Amino acid sequence: MKKDDNKSSNITCPIYKSWRELPHIPVSKGQKGSIGETGDWRTFRPEIDKKKCNKCGICYVYCPDGVIVFKEGSVPEIDYTYCKGCGICKVKCPKKVIEMIQERE
Amino acid sequence: MSKMKKTQTDKEKTIIMSGNYAAAWGAKCARVKVVSAYPITPQTTVVEKMAEFVDTKELDANYIKVESEHSVMSSLVGSSMTGARSFTATSGQGLLYMTEMLHWVSSSRLPIVTTIASRGIAPPWNIWAEYTDILSIRDCGWIIQFASTHQEIFDSVLMSYKIAENEDVMLPYFIVYGGFTQSHTSKPVRIPRQTDVDNFLPAPPEKGWSHLNLDPENPITHGNLLMPQQEYLDFRFLIHDSMMKSKKTIHRTIKEFKKSFGRDYKGLVEKYRCDDADVVMISYGALAEQNKNAVDTLREKGRKVGSFKLRYIRPFPTEELMELFDSGVKVIGVADQGTAFGSPTGGPISTEVMSLLGSGKRKIKVLPIIWGLGGRNVTVDEQINLYKHLLRLKNKNEYPVDDAFQQGTYWLGLKTGA
Repeated sequence: MKKDDNKSSNITCPIYKSWRELPHIPVSKGQKGSIGETGDWRTFRPEIDKKKCNKCGICYVYCPDGVIVFKEGSVPEIDYTYCKGCGICKVKCPKKVIEMIQERE
Repeated sequence: MSKMKKTQTDKEKTIIMSGNYAAAWGAKCARVKVVSAYPITPQTTVVEKMAEFVDTKELDANYIKVESEHSVMSSLVGSSMTGARSFTATSGQGLLYMTEMLHWVSSSRLPIVTTIASRGIAPPWNIWAEYTDILSIRDCGWIIQFASTHQEIFDSVLMSYKIAENEDVMLPYFIVYGGFTQSHTSKPVRIPRQTDVDNFLPAPPEKGWSHLNLDPENPITHGNLLMPQQEYLDFRFLIHDSMMKSKKTIHRTIKEFKKSFGRDYKGLVEKYRCDDADVVMISYGALAEQNKNAVDTLREKGRKVGSFKLRYIRPFPTEELMELFDSGVKVIGVADQGTAFGSPTGGPISTEVMSLLGSGKRKIKVLPIIWGLGGRNVTVDEQINLYKHLLRLKNKNEYPVDDAFQQGTYWLGLKTGA
C-alpha cells in the first residue's frame, strides 16, 4: 500500500519507522472501510422492495460485513459503498423481497 | 479466589503422585482460570485430574470439553485473549493436530502454558517416551522446556506462567516430559503453601494483557491482513527477539523460585561434572538425568567425563553451549530422543549443536546419537558404553565401528543381528 493510498481511503494507520516502536501484535480498531471501498468488488447488488419489506431486520442480523443499517420500524438501508454483494441477505429474507441485480459498468 | 473451597489447611506437604498429577497440581496451584481438554494417552490423567479439581471446587476455573486438540488450542486462544490464565495438556498426535493453532497462540503473543507427556509418533502406533512430537513443532514460537523429574514438572508450571506472562516475553510455554516413564510413575512431590505460591505468582492483571484484550465495550480486530510492505516481517522479528531475550526473564525467575521455595533449577542448562571434562554428553529429558549415574561410574574410574542437560531448547542455550565449547572439552556426544529425518545427523538437536560448533575454528569432535525412540529402554550401562565410544574418539580418533553407527550417527540399540 502506497502512502497516498492511506490518505485516499481515510485510514488512520500508524506508520512505523522501526521495529523498536512496534507493539507485540497488530490490532485494528473498528473503522469504516479499512481495506478500501469494498462496494467496488460487487457483481450483484441487493435491492430491497421497500413496499413489501416487513421491517423484521433479519437481513441486518445476517449481513457479514455490517453494511445494512436498520432502525426498528423502518426499512433497512444498504450501504452500497461497502456492500460486496454476497447475497446472504437475499437468502435470509423471510419475505423474499430482496433481489440481486447485476451491476453494469 | 474467594470461591475456592478450603479443603485443607494451607501448609506445605509432600504427596506421592504421578508426573501427570504433578502437572495438574502445578496448574491448580497456579490458579489457572480456564482449562480446555481433549484426552490422549499418555497425557489423559492430567486433564482428568484438572476436571476433578474443578468438580470438587478445589480450583475455581472454567473447564471446556471440546472435540479435538485443534479446538483445545482454539478455545484457549479465546480465553487467553480475555486475560484468563489458560492451561491444557496433550501428547503425540494430539500436539501435531494442534499445530496450526500453536502459531495463532505465539503470533498473538498469548501466555498459554501446555504440558506435554511426549510419545512416539504413529504409524506404527507408539505411546511411549520419545520427543519427536515436541521436537517437530520446535519452531512455532513457543518456549520449550524439559522437566526431568516429577518435582520439576510441578515447579515448572509455577515458573512457566511467571515467565510467559512477563510483559517483555508474552510467549506461550511448553513443559515437556516423557510419556509413562515420567507421566505414569509415582514419586514424592513437595507442594508448597498456596500463600507462598500466590506471592511468587500473582494473578494476571484484571484488565487483561496490555497488547490484546477482548472487551465487548472496546471492540478490536486481531490477526488482520498485513500487506507485504507493512510490518508482517517486523512482527516475525519481534517474536524471535522476545524469545531470545526471554532468557533474562528465565534466569531471573529461576533465581526468584530458588529464593521462595529453595529448589534451584540453575538455568537453561544443567551441567554435571563438566568443569574439567574432556568428554561431555549433551542430552535432554529424563535420560539426561539418568546419564549422571553413568558419569559417576566413569568418574570413579578416573575418566574425565561430564553430562550436559538441556533444560530449554527454545530459546536455544547458545551462550551456555559456546561456554562449553571453550571449556577445553575435546569430544561431545549429542543424544537425541527424537528424529529429524533427512537432517544432517538424523536428530534435530545434534544438528543444531553442530551448527553452533561450526561457527568458530574449534577442533571438537562430535558424535551424534539417537536413543530411546518409541520408549526403547536405555540403561545406565548403555550410557556408559556410549561414553566409552566418546573416549575412544578422543584417545584414538576412532568412531564406533559397529553397525549401529550409520551415516555419521550412532543409533543406540539399532538391531544389527550381532
